[in-house]
Amino acid sequence: MSIKISETLTFECETGNYHTFCPISCVAWLYQKIEDSFFLVVGTKTCGYFLQNALGVMIFAEPRYAMAELEEGDISAQLNDYQELKRLCLQIKKDRNPSVIIWIGTRTTEIIKMDLEGMAPKLENEIEIPIIVARANGLDYAFTQGEDTVLAAMAHRCPEQENWINDEQENEKKSIDKLFSSLPIETGGKDKQSVINPKNKIPLVLFGSLPSTVASQLSLELNRQSINVSGWLPAQRYTDLPILGNNVYVCGVNPFLSRTATTLMRRRKCKLIGAPFPIGPDGTRAWIEEICSAFGIETQGLEEREQQVWESLGNYLNLVRGKSVFFMGDNLLEISLARFLIRCGMIVYEIGIPYMDKRYQAAELTLLQTTCKKMCIPMPRIVEKPDNYNQIQRMRELQPDLAITGMAHANPLEARGINTKWSVEFTFAQIHGFTNAKDVLELVTRPLRRNNNLENLGWTDLVRER
Amino acid sequence: MKLAYWMYAGPAHIGTLRVASSFKNVHAIMHAPLGDDYFNVMRSMLERERDFTPVTASIVDRHVLARGSQEKVVDNISRKDKQERPNLIVLTPTCTSSILQEDLQNFVDRASRISDSDVILADVNHYRVNELQAADRTLEQVVRYYLDKARRQGTLQVSLTDEPSANIIGIFTLGFHNQHDCRELKRLLKDLGIQINQVIPEGGFVENLHQLPKAWFNLVPYREVGLMTAKYLEKDFGMSYISTTPMGVVDIASFIRRIEEQINKLSLVLSTEKVNYEPYIDEQTRFISQAAWFSRSIDCQNLTGKKAVVFGDATHAASITKILACEMGIRVSCAGTYCKHDEEWFKEQVQNFCDEILVTDDHAEVGDMIARIEPSAIFGTQMERHIGKRLDIPCGVISSPVHIQNFTLGYRPFLGYEGTNQVADLVYNSFTLGMEDHLLEIFGGHDTKEVITKSLSTDSDLTWNSESQLELNKIPGFVRGKIKRNTEKFARQNSIVDITVETMYAAKEALNA
Repeated sequence: MSIKISETLTFECETGNYHTFCPISCVAWLYQKIEDSFFLVVGTKTCGYFLQNALGVMIFAEPRYAMAELEEGDISAQLNDYQELKRLCLQIKKDRNPSVIIWIGTRTTEIIKMDLEGMAPKLENEIEIPIIVARANGLDYAFTQGEDTVLAAMAHRCPEQENWINDEQENEKKSIDKLFSSLPIETGGKDKQSVINPKNKIPLVLFGSLPSTVASQLSLELNRQSINVSGWLPAQRYTDLPILGNNVYVCGVNPFLSRTATTLMRRRKCKLIGAPFPIGPDGTRAWIEEICSAFGIETQGLEEREQQVWESLGNYLNLVRGKSVFFMGDNLLEISLARFLIRCGMIVYEIGIPYMDKRYQAAELTLLQTTCKKMCIPMPRIVEKPDNYNQIQRMRELQPDLAITGMAHANPLEARGINTKWSVEFTFAQIHGFTNAKDVLELVTRPLRRNNNLENLGWTDLVRER
Repeated sequence: MKLAYWMYAGPAHIGTLRVASSFKNVHAIMHAPLGDDYFNVMRSMLERERDFTPVTASIVDRHVLARGSQEKVVDNISRKDKQERPNLIVLTPTCTSSILQEDLQNFVDRASRISDSDVILADVNHYRVNELQAADRTLEQVVRYYLDKARRQGTLQVSLTDEPSANIIGIFTLGFHNQHDCRELKRLLKDLGIQINQVIPEGGFVENLHQLPKAWFNLVPYREVGLMTAKYLEKDFGMSYISTTPMGVVDIASFIRRIEEQINKLSLVLSTEKVNYEPYIDEQTRFISQAAWFSRSIDCQNLTGKKAVVFGDATHAASITKILACEMGIRVSCAGTYCKHDEEWFKEQVQNFCDEILVTDDHAEVGDMIARIEPSAIFGTQMERHIGKRLDIPCGVISSPVHIQNFTLGYRPFLGYEGTNQVADLVYNSFTLGMEDHLLEIFGGHDTKEVITKSLSTDSDLTWNSESQLELNKIPGFVRGKIKRNTEKFARQNSIVDITVETMYAAKEALNA
């Protein structure tokens, strides 16, 4: 192996010539998550074509999103932006009657400097539907960062805390009852005490869009440590956005939410709990521990819980142990996934990542470092803004057992005998919490298991070398 | 601004990339922001390409916005030149570069001075042309570039081949069944004793383009891409071209007769032998292709007069309309295309073969038309397939845009004599089978699933009483939606709110009358 792997975390930065999805793709999962929303992507045919192809069949299910397709008249300002958007939004209101319209600004609106933020409040008053503006464009962001821009914009719309305190006085009794009803009977007594514990009255809001089952799994894990999650950003409905304020604690569930975190801290004065992300049993445990320590709560039974999960993963671990992975990088989940896979016994050669926020991901990076030490595995190199061409050259040399990559490279790599897993699947699969650790390994091992089936056929290399 | 959920043809740069990446050893560099290289995903996934798609981006980011691309584009071009040593690099503008209005031609000029590859700027405007028009234009541009170059260098080859030969123009990546069609065309030409001079752009080398004029004539199987190139070659080199699409036995015959004409015209000049393809056409039509026999067979009688709707690109929609109407006796209630730029030609082609013509690129309009006509089968794109699913009407896919399932591994041409068999299968299988149809009608159907509303519009205010609902359930599934809609239409016209069994029968009588 000619490429040196160092002992400490090293960060490199390449040319940024890499393949990833356009951040407007966040529409795909966010419109499903926020049930009463409508996403209007203000852009050109290029954006529309990407969405319709990337989202495949979903388009036919009458989605709650559409393009406001810019025509030549819009670009040359022959048409009035405000009037045009008003016309479209009124039509959307008539057809769908959403609780919120989210305008997704694209590169085109950036370049022609369309003042979406300026127009939104005016139009909002006129048509009486909240309008949120998120600039999720390919000039500034990659793939999952689109969600970050939407949630950061949405954070401004969360109700203020004063109301919440008043409400809470009245609702305290009710909420305690509600908490009890969801708890197993035998632990009831213990939880009663912690409810009385004043520290538990401090609200905790989690941010990051997760499928509702995963969100309730994570809430339940925290409930077990007698922490009550007071809200999620985003909630299932726009009308249920959580209450924020200066004594609200917030914690992220995904590694690509640094703008949202910054907004919550600076603009909404929330207290951010820096933690590794709840991906893999190790990550989930560390995540819960950080939250508990912020609340001054001693965790209970977490170590056993983690141990149990590891044991249940036995079969998968046998498959992955000692195998090597190469992350080409396109969705910012890379650090957390690499950390989990190292803990599973894999060797990570390279972690490509579009953008690395060392402050927001600090706890995750530390955990990565301790995990490497613990597993006696050299630190992987972290490559920001990677260059796909160079990466493929490196991969040729390293011949990893698995490349986690975008769909543009997957088939060509497979044809050259390198196993691949599409990185996009990690974005859409349920990978958070103890319960879903299995799903991550299910994805990672799929190419390896497929190979066990095809291994003896003798044709792995399927291209003619020129 | 236009509210849009879906589009039939993609943006211009996709067309350019499709042409560029179809040639061998040609690299395209897009002047685009991050995430615009989605074309690579489509090619890698849909075509299941084994090779890396030769398309990269020269990323437009904030810095470019502030200061212009400056050295970036030139650097990216010369870097690619060193890495891959392509024959040609095509700098591809996107919607972004249209607005930025940077002088891309200047970058190209500078880059071509320092790189070994040829460098050109694709001459397409995002806001004026769509994917297909851009592909047509780019292909012409590349051909013109290399013929001009050859002319300057004196390497142009204009002497015709000894044997009759042809160029096939317009076969390219992500085209609807293009690979299979190409193979079938080659087979057809081989049967006729015609050599293939070149196939472009798929699998062609730009360094061979100077030999294009050696062919006796050009074939343009699809209207969408290749006509510009053929017209240019006709104008500058006097090469005639045949743009008849050899789809369906009738058009294949006229295609072959046009070829015969061309060869015999030139054989006078070249004093080679004349050809007569009539016996070949006759043999193929009557005995080799099964399509002619199939439309005579009693099975096909059941299709007589059944209503169909056709929608797709100009080439496929026109050819399928003609096949349905002339060769199978099916009534085409509406034929349509999304190729608005080719409207005139399309109307002229189908006007005698269908009841009405629809030219639009709005899928909702197509959906409404289908809901109104309620045909027995639809022949369209993937979009029409989904409309059909919703309305419970079967659909055969005959044109792009398509999904991965339309990039079949098995041999499925639409052109040539084997193509006629494939089309016949597709048409026949799309309609409910004849006997099954009768039996279901006689015995009242065998599926008892709950009735769900199939209409595209909002829910109705009508109520069905329990007997009428029961009666509705007895009607075979595949016509139930239609009966339900007809009854409701009738009820509304006669201001009936509660639908009874009597209403149903009255509606039926009213419709039959």
